[in-house]
Amino acid sequence: MMKHLLGTLLMGTALVAGPALADDIKIGILFGFTGPIESLTPPMADGAELAMKEAGDSGLFLGGDTVSSVRGDSTCTDASAATAAAERLVSVDKIAALVGADCSGVTTAVLNNVAVPNNLLMISPSATSPALAADTDKGLFFRTAPSDSRQGELLAKVLIDRGITKVAVTHTNNDYGKGFAEAFDAAYTAAGGTVTLDAPHDDGKADYSAEVSALSVAGGQALVVLGYADQGGHGIIQASLDSGAFDQFAVGDGMHSEKLMADFGPDLKIFGTVPWSTGEGAEKFAALAKAAGKNADSSFVRESYDAAALILLAMQAAGDPAKAAEKVMDVANAPGEKIYPGELAKGLQILKDGGEIDYVGGSDVEMIGTGESAGSYREFENKGGTFETARMLTAD
Amino acid sequence: MSDVLNGLLHLTSMLVIPGLAYGSQLALGALGVTLIFGVLRFSSFAHAEGLSLGTALTILFTIWLQGHGVSLGVLPTALLGMLLAMPVMALIFIATDRALYRHFRRINARAEVFMIVSAGVMLMMNGVIRLMIGADGRDFEDGARFIVSARGFRDWSGLAEPLVIKTSQMLTIAVAVLATAGLFWFLGRTQAGRSMRAYADNRNLALLSGVDPDRIVRLTWVLVAVLSVLAGVLFGLDKGYRPFVYQQLLLPMFAAAVVGGLGSPIGAIVGSMIVAFSELALTFAWKKALAYFLPAAMAPESMMQLLSTEYKFAVSFLILVVVLLVRPAGLYGKVSR
Repeated sequence: MMKHLLGTLLMGTALVAGPALADDIKIGILFGFTGPIESLTPPMADGAELAMKEAGDSGLFLGGDTVSSVRGDSTCTDASAATAAAERLVSVDKIAALVGADCSGVTTAVLNNVAVPNNLLMISPSATSPALAADTDKGLFFRTAPSDSRQGELLAKVLIDRGITKVAVTHTNNDYGKGFAEAFDAAYTAAGGTVTLDAPHDDGKADYSAEVSALSVAGGQALVVLGYADQGGHGIIQASLDSGAFDQFAVGDGMHSEKLMADFGPDLKIFGTVPWSTGEGAEKFAALAKAAGKNADSSFVRESYDAAALILLAMQAAGDPAKAAEKVMDVANAPGEKIYPGELAKGLQILKDGGEIDYVGGSDVEMIGTGESAGSYREFENKGGTFETARMLTAD
Repeated sequence: MSDVLNGLLHLTSMLVIPGLAYGSQLALGALGVTLIFGVLRFSSFAHAEGLSLGTALTILFTIWLQGHGVSLGVLPTALLGMLLAMPVMALIFIATDRALYRHFRRINARAEVFMIVSAGVMLMMNGVIRLMIGADGRDFEDGARFIVSARGFRDWSGLAEPLVIKTSQMLTIAVAVLATAGLFWFLGRTQAGRSMRAYADNRNLALLSGVDPDRIVRLTWVLVAVLSVLAGVLFGLDKGYRPFVYQQLLLPMFAAAVVGGLGSPIGAIVGSMIVAFSELALTFAWKKALAYFLPAAMAPESMMQLLSTEYKFAVSFLILVVVLLVRPAGLYGKVSR
């Protein structure tokens, strides 16, 4: 009796599975859902999944294929954990491409250890280390975020324009922090500023008063904090305010978190730069995210949507998920019809008919030489507890 | 004149008060290490996790108390939560002893075996803590954060350098002094304390004189529980609670206990201050202080920082190695046992 039932059940499953001709294409998402940027990653993953759902629902993707996402945890800091998670996505979940990773160090590890050996297309929305531009990626790696060397130059410009010519710098002790700080120091010194001390800080410590004490002895009109808002950067600001060492802070994208004002009061004097875009693409993305009930304003959400969208459009252009990497530059740049967020169906149709597109997306995607976005930035500033835009900056 | 005053303020705020507070926190921890070593005769690797577990319990009790609207005004509510956590910790320690250490005591296992068992206890406690409260950092300090704040003092005095005294720092120093005084009174003046010292000095002789060994062991764990909760909570109030950071306290605590001489309570306190001030002074940038004290012509150009702050941990390790090489019994330790 039992055997009989089982047999019927198996036949039933086979029958159900049989007629489904369309495939399900799996796209991996590898972000640090635990670790120093865990408050930033859930909206980023939502952004990427928004693009996947849009393409899948259109019914136009490849042969009417559906798209599903598989999330993995990059931890942001632990290269071996990120590599293991990426291996699992490739070998167990059989992903066709990867959105990620997020932080620069783990992205380098995943690129070299997993993506290159497996010929896997990888688009990171947020790995910004200048070092990644030089990697021998066999044309498999792209990023929708610009490299930190640009942000370093712009942050230096912001400080000089505000009349601040002497600063102390502290950076988180990893690839992101070091790359960013080197770019900043070089640009700031070239523009006539003085860096009194550039000291690294380690994340996850109890107490940063020793670091701040050294920085305060070096002195400066402001403290430049190139770290993470959930981690050491938070501790550095805490210790600076406690000891009265600094009361003005200039920060990079990792510190773009309004939680800082929630913790230190709405009067905190803090400003900085973050990859940002305004205009048609950003507005359309904001509307799209709002309609889906998702957060559009958090860092790197647009870039995550764009990373997923570029992967899907490139697959469509190549007609084969395995060859998508060759087409990323084609769909991202002119010539062709401009494609904004929410218009993926239109883009898929044009590509299906053999036409060309120029994907703009939420972050004004324009890929340059080494496969990174040219990028535009926002100079933000705390006004009464929220970050407001002081001006938009473009890397010219 | 104001230069000297500024220099003194700078050193007080950045070096002396933080050093005293950190030293007191270490001392409470090192006293626990040294008690376990003196009476129970082994080095407990689980000691840092004990501090961590005690703090985690205190945080949970504090949240519960706050939920009932209990508050201590300017003082942190954790001071009450701590009193609730102490008996629980004592029960946990005694239960661990019953389940594990007692067996090895009965078969007269060597000290190394105890050490390995305690490493196992450390791993288990570590898991329990993460299940209980997670691995995230927590700030559980409420009440007034500062006694003297940087901005307030500058406005009041008009001096360039601020004086900063955090509530948690003063609280730490005061509680540590009281707790140490209490411990010395207990060990020196009460019958139970004296039997404990007798048991530590010569186990067989104490047993012959009618000292109940089980009672001594229980008493020791109760004392260790009180000291652990105090040390953990005061450290957490001062610097925030993070389970991973507490693990790293093991090395400075052992360094402090070894410098003073394992088994000697006075030694634990002196050792803790030596370790705390060495860590701070070697990674301190002396440039500003020297500029205030020396004539302008002799003011240093460089940062005058011997070690970068990342090497803070190396300092306690260095002290540990040097003491073990030069004077293994420590400052106050008995020469051989």
